[in-house]
Amino acid sequence: MENLSALDPRGPVAEMQFDLIMLSTYVMIFVMVVVFSIYIYVLLRFRERPGDTHIPEQVHGNRALEFIWTTIPILLLLILAIPNVMDTFTLADTSAPTEGEGVEEEEEDVLNVEVHAHQFWWEFIYPDHDINAGQEMYIPTDTRVNVELHASDVIHSFWVPALAGKMDNVPGIENEMWFEAPDEGVYFGKCTEICGASHWLMDFKVIAVDEGTFSVWAENMAEPDPEIVEGEGEVAAQGREVFEGNCINCHAVGDEGGAQGPNMTNYGEREVVAGFLDYTEENLYDWIRDPDALKPDNEMPGFDESAISDDEMDALIEYIGQQRVLD
Amino acid sequence: MSNSSTSKKSVLWDWLTTVDHKKIGIMYFFGGLFFFTIAGLEAMLMRIQLMFPEMSFLHEQTYNEVLTMHGTTMLFLAAMPLFFAFMNFVVPLQIGARDVAFPFINSLGFWLFLFGGLLLNLSWFTGGAPDAGWTAYAPLSTTSAGHGLDYYIMGLQVSGAGTLMSGINFLVTIVNMRAPGMSMMRMPLFTWTTFVTSMLILFAFPALTVGLLLLMMDRIFGGAFFDVAMGGNVVIYQHLFWIFGHPEVYILILPAFGIFSEVISTFAKKRLFGYSAMVFATMIIGFLGFMVWAHHMFTVGMGPIANAIFAVATMAIAVPTGIKIFNWLLTLWGGRIRFTVANLFALAFIPSFVMGGVTGVQLAMSAADYQFHDTYFVVAHFHYVIIGGSVFGIFSATFYWWPKMFGYRLSESLGRWFFWLFLIGFHLTFFVQHFLGLIGMPRRVASYLDGQGLNEMNFISSMGAFMMAFAFILLVINVFVSRKNTDDVQDPWDGRTLEWATTSPVQEYNFAQTPLVRELDAFWHEKQFGDGRMKAAEPLDDIHMPNGSILPIIITTGLTVASFGVIYSTWSIIILGLLINFGAMFVRSIKEDHGYHIPVSEIKREQGEGK
Repeated sequence: MENLSALDPRGPVAEMQFDLIMLSTYVMIFVMVVVFSIYIYVLLRFRERPGDTHIPEQVHGNRALEFIWTTIPILLLLILAIPNVMDTFTLADTSAPTEGEGVEEEEEDVLNVEVHAHQFWWEFIYPDHDINAGQEMYIPTDTRVNVELHASDVIHSFWVPALAGKMDNVPGIENEMWFEAPDEGVYFGKCTEICGASHWLMDFKVIAVDEGTFSVWAENMAEPDPEIVEGEGEVAAQGREVFEGNCINCHAVGDEGGAQGPNMTNYGEREVVAGFLDYTEENLYDWIRDPDALKPDNEMPGFDESAISDDEMDALIEYIGQQRVLD
Repeated sequence: MSNSSTSKKSVLWDWLTTVDHKKIGIMYFFGGLFFFTIAGLEAMLMRIQLMFPEMSFLHEQTYNEVLTMHGTTMLFLAAMPLFFAFMNFVVPLQIGARDVAFPFINSLGFWLFLFGGLLLNLSWFTGGAPDAGWTAYAPLSTTSAGHGLDYYIMGLQVSGAGTLMSGINFLVTIVNMRAPGMSMMRMPLFTWTTFVTSMLILFAFPALTVGLLLLMMDRIFGGAFFDVAMGGNVVIYQHLFWIFGHPEVYILILPAFGIFSEVISTFAKKRLFGYSAMVFATMIIGFLGFMVWAHHMFTVGMGPIANAIFAVATMAIAVPTGIKIFNWLLTLWGGRIRFTVANLFALAFIPSFVMGGVTGVQLAMSAADYQFHDTYFVVAHFHYVIIGGSVFGIFSATFYWWPKMFGYRLSESLGRWFFWLFLIGFHLTFFVQHFLGLIGMPRRVASYLDGQGLNEMNFISSMGAFMMAFAFILLVINVFVSRKNTDDVQDPWDGRTLEWATTSPVQEYNFAQTPLVRELDAFWHEKQFGDGRMKAAEPLDDIHMPNGSILPIIITTGLTVASFGVIYSTWSIIILGLLINFGAMFVRSIKEDHGYHIPVSEIKREQGEGK
C-alpha cells in the first residue's frame, strides 16, 4: 500500500535505507548467480550415468581456489560495509545542523517530538509547542523531525516504513532518531515489537502538512477554541457533560483532562477509531461500549448503558466529532 | 540374548534404564520428533489464522501463546534434540568408541530434556502457555499475567541443564575416546561439527541460565532486575539472551553442516574437498558466533559505534560460510553424484541456505536493518536458514543413517515425493515473506488489516505451509511402510566413515575389536586399499560395559517436581522435589557400580552370526 512500504521511500532517511537495501540486493544477486551457476553445472555434468562405475579421483583441495573464494567475498563485503557504517552514523546524528557548516539559516528549523508508546497507543508530545497529541503525529513538510522515544509499560518499536526505519521505545531509556517528509501525505506507522495481545492493532499515522497548516494545527492544539471545547450547540454541550462525567480523568481536550489515554483535542479529524477502525458513529459507539472486544487487553474500561445511556452516547459522539482544530 | 541379566527385564524397563548411546540417540530422535510435530501443528494454526486478513480463528492472546510455543519448541525441543539424536548415535561409532565418556550423564541429559519439554508444554493445560515470544524480552515477560512465563523459565532451565551436560559429554568423548590412529584431523566432519557445537553449548547455555534466573527472580521472588521503576535495566536481559541466542543459531546449523559434509562426500564418491579448510571454517564460525550477538539489537539504541562494530563483525561470518559452500560444490565437482533422498536434501540445502545467507548479510547492515528488523523479512530469513539448513540436515541424516539406526531402509520413491513437496512448500511459504516484511508487515502480529496489500502473499504463504505439513505426513507413512526393506542395511551407501563398518543394527558394544584408523575416511580407505574390513587395534577380549540405571529418571523427576513447586511458589513441593533429586544423586554417589563384562565367547558367537 502507498505510504506503508519500505520499498517505496518517501523521505531522505527511508531513501538512504532503500539505497542500501538495493545495493546489498545487487551484490547478493551477483553472489547467487555465481554459486547457482556452478551448482547447476556440477549437478548436470557430474551426475551418475547408468552403468558408470568409475571411482572419482580423491582430490584433497586446491590452495589457489581456496584463496580466491576467501578474498573475493571479503572485497564484496567491503562494498557493503563502508556505506553501511557511514549511514549508521548519519542516521544516529540527531544534533541540529549548525549554521556555518554549509547550512543555511532556515535549515536550523528542527521539530522536536517526544514519542511515548503505551499498550496499545501512541502519544506525541511537542515540547516546544506545549502540545500533547494522540495517535496522529502532525509534522510540517521539508522539516527535519527529531524524535525522542519513550515507553511507559513494555518495549514497543516506532516504525514508519515509508519515512524511516524503526527504533525501539524502551522503558527507562531515551532513544533518538530523525526523519523528514518532503511531500504532504498520511504515512502509516506500526509497532514492531511484540507488546501484548493487541500488538497487531497498535497503529498510528504521521501526517505531513505544509508549514502554514502545521502552524494553524499547532496553535489550535495548544489553545483550542473554548467554544468547541465546551461543545457547540445543545447536543454537544450535553456531550461535554457526559465527557466530563466519564472520560476526562483519562482523556484531555485542550489542556483539561488526564493523560492516561490519548488526547482528544482533534479527534474529529481522525480517520480511524482506536487506531484501526473506520471512523463511523457506529464504530465509535461500539468502541466506547466494549473496547476490550475490539482491542483486547487495552486499558480503557467499557461503558455500558448504566454508565452512558444511548441518548448520552449520541451527544458524546456528536461532541467528540466536533473536536477539530484545522477548520 | 547378549547377556543374561538384561534378558530378564522387560523392554520398557530396558529403555527407561538404558545408558547405551544408541538407545539414547533413538529416544532423542522420537522425543524430538514428538515436539517437532507439536510445534509444526502450532505453525499450522498460525498460518490458518494468517490465511486471510482480520481472521478470528484464534484470539490474539492465544495467537501470542502459539507463536511463543512454536519458536521455543522448535528450537529447544525439536531441532536440538534431533541433532542430539544423530550425535549420540553416530559420533561414538564414527570415532570407533564403545560408548560416550559418561553414559550415565548421557541418560540424565536425555531425561532432563524430555521432562523439561513436557513441563513447558504442561502450561497449555494449566491456564495458558507463555506469550512473550521465544525471546521472552523483559518487561513484557516479567509482567505477563498467569503462570505461562513461569513454565517457560523452569521448563527451559530443566531441559537446558540436560543440554549442557550432553555438550560436556560430547567434548570429553571426542577428546578422549577416539580409536587408535583417529587423530583430530582424521575425524569425520560430523564429529568435528559436534565438537565445535558442544563447545558453543558449553559457553552459551550458562548465559541463558543466568538470563532465566534473573527473570525467575523478578517474576517469582519479587526481584527488580528488569523493573525500571526500581532502577532495573531491561536491555541487560536482551544482552544475556542473545549472548546465548546467537551461538544457539550456530548450535543449530553446525551439526547440519557436518551432516551435509558426510552425505555430499559419500554420494559424490569423493573425499571432502578442502577438509582442513572445512574444519577451520567451522571453528571460525563458532568463534565469531560469540562476537555478534548485538546484531539482534540494532534498534534498541546502542548507538552508532556499537552498531557499526557488530555490523562488520557479523558480515565477516559470511566469509567462512562461503568457504564451506564452495568446498561442498568442489566436492561434487568431478564426482559421481547419486540422487538419493539423503543427497537430495543435502543438494537442496545449498541454494536454500545461500538464500538465507545473503539475507543474513543484508540484515547485518545496521542502517538497512532499521527497516528489516522485527518484520516478516526476518521471519523469512531465519526460516530459510533453520529449515533450509537445520531441518534439511535433519531429514538428510534421517534417510542417511536410518538403516544403521533401525535396521531397515526408508523407501526412496516415497521419500522423493516427501522431498519435492516439502521443498516446494518451503519456498512457497517463506519466499514471499521477504516482501511482506518490506511492504509493512511486522513480525509476531496476530493478524493484519484488510486493504494494506498483504492479503495475497499471506494466502500463498499459508498454502505453502499446508504443502509442508502434507509432506511431513508422507515421511511418517514412510517410516511404517518401509519396514520390510531389511536387505542391504550394513553399508547401503558405500559409506566412508567408521559407523558403516559396524553391523546393522549395531551390537551394544559397537566394535568387537577397537578399529585401527589409517586415513581420513577410514572405512573407505580399507575398502579401496585394504581387504574391506577395519584392522583391529586390540586382540579380541572380554568387553567392559556400563550397567543401566533407573537413577537418571528419578533425579530428573525430582528436579521437575521442584521446578513445578517454584512455578507455584509452594515450598513443600520444592523441598519434596529436591529431596528426591538429591536423594537419588546420593544413592548414585555411594553405590559402587563396576559395570559388567561381555565374555569373549559370546562376542565370537555373535560375530560368527554376523558374517
